[in-house]
Amino acid sequence: MKSNQTNSPMDGAQALVKCLEAQGVEYIFGLSGGSAIPIFDALVTTGTKIELILVRHEQGAAHMADGYARATGKPGVVLVTSGPGATNTITGIMTAHMDSVPMVILTGQTITPMIGKDAFQEADVFGLTMPVVKHSYLLKNPNDIPRVVKEAFHIAGTGRPGPVLMDLPKDVSSGKFTGELDPPMNLPGYHPVREVDAAAVSRIADALSRSVRPVILAGHGAMISGAEQEVLQLAETLNAPVTTTLLGKGVIPETHPLSLGMLGMHGTAYANKAVVECDLIMSIGSRFDDRIIGQADRFCRDAVRIHIDVDVAEIDKMIKVHHSCVGDAKEVLKALLPQVGQLNTEDWLRRIDGYRNRYPLRYGKQGGLKAQQILDELYKMTQGKIVVTTDVGQHQMWAAQFLKTIRPNDFISSGGAGTMGFGFPAAIGAQFGRPKDQVWTIVGDGGFQMTLCELATACVSKLPIKILVLNNHYLGMVRQWQELFYDDRKSGVDLVGNPDFARLADSYPGAKGLTLKRTADIRKILQRAMDYNDGPCVINAECEKTENVFPMIPAGRPLEDMLIDRPRKKLEKPTGST
Amino acid sequence: MNIEQNTHTLSVYVSNRPGVLARIAQVFSRRGYNIESLVVSPAKDGDFSRMTIGLSGDPDGLEQIIRQVGKLVDVLSCVDHTDDSAVVRELAMVKVRVDAEHRIGVLQIVEHFACKTVDLTDTSMIIMSTGASEKVDAFIRMIKSFEVVELVRTGKVLMARGDQPT
Repeated sequence: MKSNQTNSPMDGAQALVKCLEAQGVEYIFGLSGGSAIPIFDALVTTGTKIELILVRHEQGAAHMADGYARATGKPGVVLVTSGPGATNTITGIMTAHMDSVPMVILTGQTITPMIGKDAFQEADVFGLTMPVVKHSYLLKNPNDIPRVVKEAFHIAGTGRPGPVLMDLPKDVSSGKFTGELDPPMNLPGYHPVREVDAAAVSRIADALSRSVRPVILAGHGAMISGAEQEVLQLAETLNAPVTTTLLGKGVIPETHPLSLGMLGMHGTAYANKAVVECDLIMSIGSRFDDRIIGQADRFCRDAVRIHIDVDVAEIDKMIKVHHSCVGDAKEVLKALLPQVGQLNTEDWLRRIDGYRNRYPLRYGKQGGLKAQQILDELYKMTQGKIVVTTDVGQHQMWAAQFLKTIRPNDFISSGGAGTMGFGFPAAIGAQFGRPKDQVWTIVGDGGFQMTLCELATACVSKLPIKILVLNNHYLGMVRQWQELFYDDRKSGVDLVGNPDFARLADSYPGAKGLTLKRTADIRKILQRAMDYNDGPCVINAECEKTENVFPMIPAGRPLEDMLIDRPRKKLEKPTGST
Repeated sequence: MNIEQNTHTLSVYVSNRPGVLARIAQVFSRRGYNIESLVVSPAKDGDFSRMTIGLSGDPDGLEQIIRQVGKLVDVLSCVDHTDDSAVVRELAMVKVRVDAEHRIGVLQIVEHFACKTVDLTDTSMIIMSTGASEKVDAFIRMIKSFEVVELVRTGKVLMARGDQPT
């Protein structure tokens, strides 16, 4: 794009579309409305190749952009109208913010003279979203659009990524554009990545060299920085085991002998035991979330704690560490690798293998249809060569446990926010971003009903997404807590009134519904879903209603208190959050 | 909960843009910190503003807050000057209801604290006090023996001494 003055008459919205093109935007996920009409009009008048994906609810648009971003590493783009259109995206923005996902949200706004006067569909979106965005703009002048778009994509995608919102009053988007299309950015306060501190790296190398029971903890940050090769190389050089967070699944192939799988509340027993017994833990791009540390002041109390993170505010936030290095994970590891050698970890790995053999992930095969078994079979049939998105709850944890992830960006889940309704629209975004990959979304009957209106969106684009509804007719994770900690008093968890999800799917043009009731049919039904590629396919799997997720560390308890199986005695109510 | 309450003075250098104050205030309020004083004014270069924030609270949490503020896109720097060598000043105006009979007593306090009377009527007086916050506090304690009608303080402003940047 040339940076000279434009001669042809253009309005702000047309300039906006030109700038989005310059950023390489392929898709916009959105829903129209009054104050955004000029922008939707510009998508037609500019003849742009950017494809508008019309959603059925704005929350879906935000999750689609999120799924697209996580599956591709490129920022997702959302376009909605003012007021309720914009507020409907807030759950999705918060979800992206918690999980450091690059996203640019364009919201229509009432005309500038009406702002603050309670105009029709006016909401203070700039103010409402402030705590859940990385940055935001309220535009006042059409000529500012190109600079702001450039800054928004730069901020969203660099350092610790996150959502950036542009609130666009209708008179700005429809106003005459007389500015430059490629102006410089003006961000004097934004320095997203620090230079790697060589002295800090040396201290970390020194600490590593003394360890005989190390554990590497790889998180989403390692994936965002594209450090999977370096993490693997570090693990193999040190001969050190690697556990990952939920969002770190795929940083190291979970089939690798040094992989311990996921740690934390519902992580593998051997990962948690390794973390309890290690003499050194090194986090690469994890924020020591409360789901993985349990009781903060007892987490790795006697171990050397090391933290590598791009965000300085994460250092010492949850866990006080002995050594830290602020910077991009890949760059830090590149500096670290030449300074480390093999550690004497033979005994340590043997001990961990003992735990691996004694406490494997398992499930009872008696009784009704087991969600775990469906996922286990799905993994065996696909060998991890699929993109998986999940909702939040029991099915999410079973998916994390039984669907081993081999490649980065293949396991997409709402981690920090724990947003129900995320999985299915995120799968739509992921399928747009990765058209050649087979995309599965694993959802529960509760979460799926929050965003299943997007079946229409998937049908329109004939997306061959496989939607596996692990249906236990409960909000299962809360029911599990009530069973274990609240004397099995069920309150607000019984989902009577569920539709027949298979028949519901059949009512959408191009969608297919399948029903799975018997264990013996698992492979047959999964195969049938894989063979259907003319649109989305919903499998309604009628699972055992009261199955629980184990292992489990009650919230706020130290990792030592992990429950491998259902306890016989009554448990105290957890002290930790949710 | 017994948290060590320390008084801190932060100096924040920011881009002069809408919303920057709200963003910074949110970092504090979300974590339950109360801003005790706040001064915002244009810096030497009008594209930027200087904020001086006085607050008290748990020092551990404060370190986290300073980093979170520093992370904001519009913030160029956020520095805790509490233990630094810095010049800290504040200005207060106090309106006292005072008749001719008691005026002498008030003026003695004004003189002792090197304050100024900036408004004088036959029933009232506005006194301006400038200096370190402790001095302003001491003046206010003394003047309260008279009938104080209104009190306004600017909050602390701060500048690092010598070659050190603020």
